Amino acid sequence: MKFDTSGLESAAPVWGAPSELVDGFSAAPSFEVPNTTDFDGFQKEAIQMVKPAKGTTTLAFIFKEGVIVAADSRASMGGYISSQSVKKIIEINPYMLGTMAGGAADCQFWHRNLGIKCRLHELANKRRISVTGASKLLANILYSYRGMGLSVGTMIAGWDETGPGLYYVDSEGGRLKGMRFSVGSGSPYAYGVLDNGYRYDMSVEEAAELARRAIYHATFRDGASGGVASVYFVGPSGWKKLSGDDVGELHYQYYPVMPSTVEQEMVEAAGA
Amino acid sequence: MECVFGLVGNDFAVVVADTSAVHSILVHKSNEDKIMILDSHKLIAASGEPGDRVQFTEYIQKNVALYQFRNGIPLTTAAAANFTRGELATALRKNPYSVNILLAGYDKETGPSLYYIDYIATLHKVDKGAFGYGSYFSLSMMDRHYHSGMTVEEAIDLVDKCIMEIRSRLVVAPPNFVIKIVDKDGAREYAWRESVKDAAVASA
Repeated sequence: MKFDTSGLESAAPVWGAPSELVDGFSAAPSFEVPNTTDFDGFQKEAIQMVKPAKGTTTLAFIFKEGVIVAADSRASMGGYISSQSVKKIIEINPYMLGTMAGGAADCQFWHRNLGIKCRLHELANKRRISVTGASKLLANILYSYRGMGLSVGTMIAGWDETGPGLYYVDSEGGRLKGMRFSVGSGSPYAYGVLDNGYRYDMSVEEAAELARRAIYHATFRDGASGGVASVYFVGPSGWKKLSGDDVGELHYQYYPVMPSTVEQEMVEAAGA
Repeated sequence: MECVFGLVGNDFAVVVADTSAVHSILVHKSNEDKIMILDSHKLIAASGEPGDRVQFTEYIQKNVALYQFRNGIPLTTAAAANFTRGELATALRKNPYSVNILLAGYDKETGPSLYYIDYIATLHKVDKGAFGYGSYFSLSMMDRHYHSGMTVEEAIDLVDKCIMEIRSRLVVAPPNFVIKIVDKDGAREYAWRESVKDAAVASA
């Protein structure tokens, strides 16, 4: 029986070699290319939407014992990592913390400015400012510079007379009160881990581990986040830094290298 | 996208707003109250850019309160609506506010009223109005089923129909809504319609 190779023959004409078979045809149709101007463009739009304008991951949440605040420490300029050791959790005063996302200079300056205003409030009113008040001060300042190019996505976390407080404030003038926030290009990844593992009644250690894990997972998937995962806790007596772990080391802690079974081992040939 | 709509009944006005605070693809919060109680008998349901929405409505609220302090009597709904429109118009060609507003109120002399004020300072007194992508669904629902002099039950039923329609047909439909009502007894929250609850908060 003759071996049937018709399935292996190419339908496209073979250029160069004139053959009796091809002579009779005009150019045979090749496969059709999609009839669009920008074939890959549709995907680009979706990616551009979440483009790391604020290349970072920060998160904070309120739970039974107080507030946990965590952040990565990478600064990136486009594709270049300019620093792996940026302090993104800013100490406004001994019982209030701010997180940095967006322009580093903007965040540092305005948080420092907020600290000054909070201290002035204390001196003028003989009592500490509330987290509500502090966040409103910052939000009003940022609102007045709206449209002028400030880039600030921050969370103000603290403990005041009414207990733990957490506000999200950004340079578009938005201010949100809430129990859980994550800000930055890595925030969607962090939200996934955070939302799933969150319970109101956790211990401080459990909450810190949840925060650390959420930051690690965000740094794993987001190129603009990395470095060191810092975790702070704000309680009735003020804030305290709990940990600062390199996310590379965390990776091997969570996913230790298993020696894999080798099916075939390549052996060096004897002699050069 | 933000959905705000409202309608006038026989001796009340009801406004509904979604409660999501969204930033590109992320929902930061799904229980953000966008209907501000302007004074005892007025409600402002606002949608628009987050900073503008809060700042502008608070500005209007404080100015309305100031008028009451200075003059001893509260503003009528029409006066408050015209004041709001005036502020939007003045700012429009300098530093515009990107906020759309439905202002609902109850006056003893004239009864309930609803004002449609959009971001370019359009002002209309209306029986029913809506803003946002949700308006594509809620306006026709309201046009079909609305009649003047609806009772609270009929109106809330229509509101629920609109919410159902928005939930099922809008691609990025917000999960939760808040309903507020204003009548002779004042402005107050009527109900929430939640299909997604934020994680358990400490009970009071």
